[in-house]
Amino acid sequence: MAGEPTTNSVTALLVLGCPQVPVQTSIALYLINRLKKAGITPVVAGNKAANILLVVADPDRHYLGEVMDLDRAVAQITDKKRDFDLCFVFIHNDAGVSYAATMGAISKAKLFTLVYGEHYEDQVKKIEFPSTMIAAKAVHNPLPLKKALDEVAPWAV
Amino acid sequence: MGCVESMNYEIVLRDASFKESRDYIKANFKEFIDVQPGFKVFDIYVIGLPPIAIGLDGDFVIFPYTKPCHGTFLLRVEDAEEAARLRALKK
Repeated sequence: MAGEPTTNSVTALLVLGCPQVPVQTSIALYLINRLKKAGITPVVAGNKAANILLVVADPDRHYLGEVMDLDRAVAQITDKKRDFDLCFVFIHNDAGVSYAATMGAISKAKLFTLVYGEHYEDQVKKIEFPSTMIAAKAVHNPLPLKKALDEVAPWAV
Repeated sequence: MGCVESMNYEIVLRDASFKESRDYIKANFKEFIDVQPGFKVFDIYVIGLPPIAIGLDGDFVIFPYTKPCHGTFLLRVEDAEEAARLRALKK
């Protein structure tokens, strides 16, 4: 998918999970907006469905910058071709925890784990690796997760 | 990134948690190696909580393959060269 090249500013990678939980797309756009306002360049990495949900919602790219395939992001970071200053991993299932652990291992970015969904506490228990955790029971209503995110204010790092 | 679909694989375990996948390999294969996330098996970068177990059974390589919406699959692929390469890492 086309995107903007990254600049020399602080960069943030948003690793999207499966888009089956509605709050993900909403919180991703909100976080992108906050990061951009703080002068941080956000890059989104997700599977095809998660990326398309964002691209369709923001056709003129008011919020979105570069959008890339998740597997390609993992490959580029692992091969040391690219890295980011901040990394936000969206987690509502076991795969999300696996991707977060992977980012923690392959990237030098400061890691934030955004945990949500009906059974978010089950995923929270699995996160035993270093990260700043932002967690809330949020499925359809993004406000609990937005509140948790605002309290941490990762864009102010 | 290699395309799993182009490989001749057998699914050993499907829609598993990462822990189930690791436990399965350790319980069912005498021979395995522990690797870090991002380790390349064939052309695939493995995803998961370190250490990630990869099983070896003769010429077969058994490894986890994680997708955001479908959890972790354990795939079994026959490839003598890759099995030998992984086996050599144990030494």
